[in-house]
Amino acid sequence: MSLRRQFLPLLGLAVVLLYVLAAILAPYLAPYPPDEVNLPMRLRPIGTPGHPLGTDHLGADLLSRVLFGARVSILVGVLAVSLSLAVGASLGAVAGYFGGWVDGVFSRFADLLMGFPYLLFTLFAMAILGPGIANLVLALSFKGWVEFFRLTRGEVMSEKTREYVLAARALGRSPAAIIAGEILPNIRHSLLVLATLRMGYLIVMEATLSFLGLGVPPDVPAWGSMVAAGREYMVSAWWIAMVPGLAVVGLVLSINLFGEGLREALDPRLRSL
Amino acid sequence: MRTAVRILQRVLGAVPLLLALVIATFVFVRMIPGDPVDILLGQGGNVSAAEVAALRQSLGLDEPIQVQLARFLRGLLEGDLGHSFWQRQPVARLLVTTLPATVELALAALFFALAIGIPVGILSAVRPGSLLDRLAMATSFLGISMPAFWAGLMLMFLFAVKLRWLPSVGRLDPALDLRPVTGFLVLDSLLTGNWPALRSALSHLVLPGLTLGLELMAIVARVMRSSMLEALQQDYIRFARAKGVSGWSAVLRHALPNALVPTVTVVGLQMGVLLGGNMVVETVFAWPGLGRLVVGAIFARDYAVVQGAVLLYAATFVLANLLVDILYAYLNPKLSL
Repeated sequence: MSLRRQFLPLLGLAVVLLYVLAAILAPYLAPYPPDEVNLPMRLRPIGTPGHPLGTDHLGADLLSRVLFGARVSILVGVLAVSLSLAVGASLGAVAGYFGGWVDGVFSRFADLLMGFPYLLFTLFAMAILGPGIANLVLALSFKGWVEFFRLTRGEVMSEKTREYVLAARALGRSPAAIIAGEILPNIRHSLLVLATLRMGYLIVMEATLSFLGLGVPPDVPAWGSMVAAGREYMVSAWWIAMVPGLAVVGLVLSINLFGEGLREALDPRLRSL
Repeated sequence: MRTAVRILQRVLGAVPLLLALVIATFVFVRMIPGDPVDILLGQGGNVSAAEVAALRQSLGLDEPIQVQLARFLRGLLEGDLGHSFWQRQPVARLLVTTLPATVELALAALFFALAIGIPVGILSAVRPGSLLDRLAMATSFLGISMPAFWAGLMLMFLFAVKLRWLPSVGRLDPALDLRPVTGFLVLDSLLTGNWPALRSALSHLVLPGLTLGLELMAIVARVMRSSMLEALQQDYIRFARAKGVSGWSAVLRHALPNALVPTVTVVGLQMGVLLGGNMVVETVFAWPGLGRLVVGAIFARDYAVVQGAVLLYAATFVLANLLVDILYAYLNPKLSL
């Protein structure tokens, strides 16, 4: 089924683009600075004039904070997936093409990482590295490359016995040229699908780390830390925790819907979960 | 017999991996900025340098790292995991008291995931494209896309704060008295015939169990649906139907056993989600388990607790994987361990 004929994935894509636009234009769209403290206006509910999504415990405008929070989530998601893809696909291509001890070492390492709770791993990494967007990207990619490694390794192993690769080899082309010029173009769809589906997962991980206080520095608005701040006010001001959480769900759901549609259109073999 | 040898081989094969992990944890936890002695003494400035040095020495932190590591590994051989700086208790005892809480929660999550996910998957597969099917699959997408910490807070808000149907935090009503036997509160209250405690323990399990099981539930429903759809198209089902087996009997007695195999596979692969997800869920629901312990210990730089907890996590992981492999071999005799 081509992507153009599917309704939900296209809706997902449209929503994702809206989020990206909101993140880029946040300084122009936000009615207030995201960290503006305004104690007389604290804990105002959804629908307050001037504060459509209400205000938090410091009187900051939630709409403005949610708009700026999109920047952290999208930036970390895109960068972490890109880094994971670059590292995982390169190592996977090398391991799959050459096999032998190179493959053994990388695969063992990948198994070791797979057999361990992702969150505990990143928690540890963030505790060592300290808060920050670059550190989040590093911590998430430190294990995030494994899925890309496994996919690329498997695909390269099966592709390298096909005629077009054998022909390229017979023509005397170098392994690097064969991997980059012949094999990768043939598996790029699978990689694209996996990257889309992993993006949603990594954005949830970022929000979780921020929720636990190990994400971005406290002065940067992030959805996870906004939920954490709202936790104390669940009884009196539930919207503080509800609004940023809905923002995460909306983005991740849209990414997953799009990714699933992409999978059906491009790569029906890739198992869906 | 051969199976027993294989199992033993697998367990022994995991030892080097666990050892590497223990050493890595030992080094990494000391790389976290922040001195546990400072954290222990607090921010108060009226502590003399001599007192700081004495505390550091008594915790064994004044020695070079390789000496500390050697001492830790020697202790490990004797089953000694060291002491918690913060809680002034042997780590082994802390782990033994928190593990039952974590396992109980994981079992509750597994129960919800299977008890809801399997029937939903079957019903969707029997009437593909129906309103129920589309609703179930849309909901399952939501389950995969929702961060657990937020889902937990929202469930808590709805069922504990607004409706007051269920308790919000902890494992047991603090007003109740329950004699500990195994540390599994549901089991303990059954063993001692303490019915109010049983009620309380079960009701405390609902919200965190649902939160932790949400993702797995969605995955189980989707896998169950697709494997059931496949099973229902096989010749043996057509044959059974032609023979006069009624609709539901064909589904449940003939197709279900075959459709369950992929579900078991996926549940096995996802056991890690239950174990790894509990740090967030335990933090949200103030659940006194391993996940909350390790998060607190990382923040407090409580080195020995982090080391012990990571080792226990990893060992549980190895064990869970082994159990799944054994279960596979049992469900599908063509595979061997």
